[in-house]
Amino acid sequence: MSAVLVSPKTFVSEFPTWCPGCGDFGVLRALQNAAARLGLQPHDICIVSGIGCSGKINSYFNSYGLHTLHGRSLPVAQGVKLANPNLTVIASGGDGDGYGIGAGHFMHAVRRNVDMTYIVMDNQVYGLTKGQTSPTSPTGFASNTTPYGSAEGPVRPLRVALANGCSFVAQGFSADLKQLVDLIIKAIEHKGFSLLNVQSPCVTWRETIVEDGQKVGVFEWWKKHLHNLDTDPDYDRRDRAAAFSKLIEHDDIVTGVIYQEDRPSYREYLKGYTDKPMADLATPLDDATLEQLAEQFK
Amino acid sequence: MRTELVWKVGGEQGSGIEKPGSIFLDACSRLGYYTFGYRHFMSRIMGGHTNYQVRISHRPVFAMGDHTDVMLIDSKGAQEAIDMNIEEMAPDGVILADAGMKAEMPAGSRIQLLKVPFHGIAGEIGSDLYWNMVAMGASSAVTGLDRQALRDMVSATFARKGEKIVQANYEAIDRGYAYVVEHYGEFPHLKVAPVSEPKRRLTMEGDNAAAFGALAGGCRFLAAYPITPASMVMEWMAKEAHKVGGIVVQAEDEMSAVLMAIGANYAGARGMTSTSGPGFSLMQEALGLSGLTETPVVIVDVQRGGPATGLPTKPEQGDINEMIYGSHGEIPRVVIAPGTYDECFYDTAEAFNLADRHQCPVIVAMDLTLGMGKGTVEHLDWSRVRVDRGKILTAADLEKLGGAYERFANTADGISPRALPGTPGGVHLNTADEHTFAGRITEDQQDRRLIHDKRLRKIDHVDFPGLAVRGDLPADLVLVGFGSVTGPMWEAADRLFAEGRRVAVCQLRRLWPFPADELQQVLEQGRVALVCEHNATGQLAHLIRAQCGGDLLPGLRKYDGDPFRPAEVIARAKEVIADVSSARIA
Repeated sequence: MSAVLVSPKTFVSEFPTWCPGCGDFGVLRALQNAAARLGLQPHDICIVSGIGCSGKINSYFNSYGLHTLHGRSLPVAQGVKLANPNLTVIASGGDGDGYGIGAGHFMHAVRRNVDMTYIVMDNQVYGLTKGQTSPTSPTGFASNTTPYGSAEGPVRPLRVALANGCSFVAQGFSADLKQLVDLIIKAIEHKGFSLLNVQSPCVTWRETIVEDGQKVGVFEWWKKHLHNLDTDPDYDRRDRAAAFSKLIEHDDIVTGVIYQEDRPSYREYLKGYTDKPMADLATPLDDATLEQLAEQFK
Repeated sequence: MRTELVWKVGGEQGSGIEKPGSIFLDACSRLGYYTFGYRHFMSRIMGGHTNYQVRISHRPVFAMGDHTDVMLIDSKGAQEAIDMNIEEMAPDGVILADAGMKAEMPAGSRIQLLKVPFHGIAGEIGSDLYWNMVAMGASSAVTGLDRQALRDMVSATFARKGEKIVQANYEAIDRGYAYVVEHYGEFPHLKVAPVSEPKRRLTMEGDNAAAFGALAGGCRFLAAYPITPASMVMEWMAKEAHKVGGIVVQAEDEMSAVLMAIGANYAGARGMTSTSGPGFSLMQEALGLSGLTETPVVIVDVQRGGPATGLPTKPEQGDINEMIYGSHGEIPRVVIAPGTYDECFYDTAEAFNLADRHQCPVIVAMDLTLGMGKGTVEHLDWSRVRVDRGKILTAADLEKLGGAYERFANTADGISPRALPGTPGGVHLNTADEHTFAGRITEDQQDRRLIHDKRLRKIDHVDFPGLAVRGDLPADLVLVGFGSVTGPMWEAADRLFAEGRRVAVCQLRRLWPFPADELQQVLEQGRVALVCEHNATGQLAHLIRAQCGGDLLPGLRKYDGDPFRPAEVIARAKEVIADVSSARIA
């Protein structure tokens, strides 16, 4: 029963409670397509999510799923992967979850480079708690928590990731399914920590964006401004400085693989490196090993 | 000749005081003495006073000595060393100090001061580094300890550095010894009888014993953040775990540490974290995650003086309430409390069985004196370490269920079989939102009541001793406490018994679920009880009253940063016995 033919439907569970038109539908669909194209089995995947609308993604995706605490998906996911390297581990959540309350973990997960994928559904607003300002909201963003406009500048997660040595940095757009499937596949196949930030608009709390005094629909706005790196044949994904320049040039509004580097993942640095799942190692030590360890106390 | 001696070395922190302390302790252990060591230190790298008290005896010792017989003082920080320790000196004790020391003894002090040129002799041998071996030699002249044991320690420690270094250290020992004999003669009243047939026992710090126990019990994953007094747990694992496929991760903070451990357990590892109060406070939300998602996790809390940053290098038992009640909402949990070094080993190993069996957080309650203190362990019995992974389903088990698997199935004992990620046929959602037996998010009132009850009844029966009683019942007095306070209570009881008092010691081995019935039965057999604990508010005494009923028991509460001494337990015990009628008033 372990190896069955998979299709995107294999990974469908219950229907989401997200608002109709929510960008997260696109991310879920892309993930189901990517898992099928990779030929993964539901039991081989573990999605560890945080709290927020996006954190519910593993309620709707048929695989092992652990829905954790606000901002804490990354440490849990790293623990899962280190305990069983055979699993495909994906952490997921939103911008508030990952770049606000969980920002401390984000930076360190990036530099630790455990072989896993982090998908962030970034919509620049708190959705589930009903429309408050988020760490990626632009300066001046008005909401119940900043009724006269946010005084803070936004977090720049892609730049933070680049600066801390993230070995795979990409950004997708939830309305571009084809590219998003491709990015998820590349992120999962990447050996090391891969960050995939997805612009996944909230149609309820950030339905429109004001531009030149005009209200523009959020999807239209992103479509108009996004710079797709896949259409740029001269862009060198191995050049970190070029990646920074591109982000600064386009105010981070780019899609595609922004940066990728081949370097050993966390596990490969470990003394006594083994690929065995730890469930198989949780056995008592034999007397000879115990005696050997005890020798230092004599 | 005496059969017991308390020796101490003191001076300025950062000037190498720890080395002679551990050399003396290890040498005495090799000579077959039972040892107990405690290091007093401050939260800074250089400067400030530090000292290391080593008690040696022909019989097992589990507490610091009330008085110091022989004290070694370096020239650096000598005045502070004298001022801070003179009151602890036995009236017939001696202080061995460097001849170049500028410090003064207090006026009227009858303690004998022996000046020995530690640094002068070391310089003549070739390096000032030998001063502590000169001091060791001087110590052996006063105490009569076999110099050969010191030489053996030197060989073991410096063999790698070559024969020349070993010989120079031998010379340092011999010359320190000779100087004392020549200038001051002998000290028959301080001579310790040799152990006739020395046994090779283990000498361990509690932290190391706990880490060793974890590894022995199948733990292969530790994530932690460095913190005094728990760092040694992490450091020992970092040094040894890789030999058996284990991983140690230095997390960015304690939230991440415990969450990584929870993730590892969820994926089938035996995973843990080690910390102290400040870190444990940061872990509170994650305790709830472990509780609600029914994911095992083991947390070793080596308590230190709080609150906030508090007394980072001093002992306290101020986390009792937090360990038992911490985290919002209600979860099942188990809190166990080792009181000796061998219990640190066995209990931490067993903690993983409890965590796997009950699928909840298991907290090993230690404290600084126990974690960083060092002493003799008579023997470790490997056969006592078992591995019971609790209810885990294989792919074959799941296939038999034919798709009917529910992760949180409503079983009689509340414990639902786990399917580890990666297992075919067990795919499910596990969520920190309230959920149904199948694991789907719910806010239904009936669902909530049923699954909350299911979780809470998981710890109705916990197979771990509630308490350990030493001494005969009925008794005039029952001393109650746990952790590092156990040893001083035992010794106090022995000494009171020698004076004709019937005293029993009730060591709490499990703080949660609280062994209320067992404790009540013990308390009923004592005319009066005394609760000894390392905090100001009487957290343990209040817990006992909440769980066993009755009035608040009289207490001995210590929160000044100093470990319990047998003498203070005895003094308070006598007060309580003397006035049983007032003993029911806190």
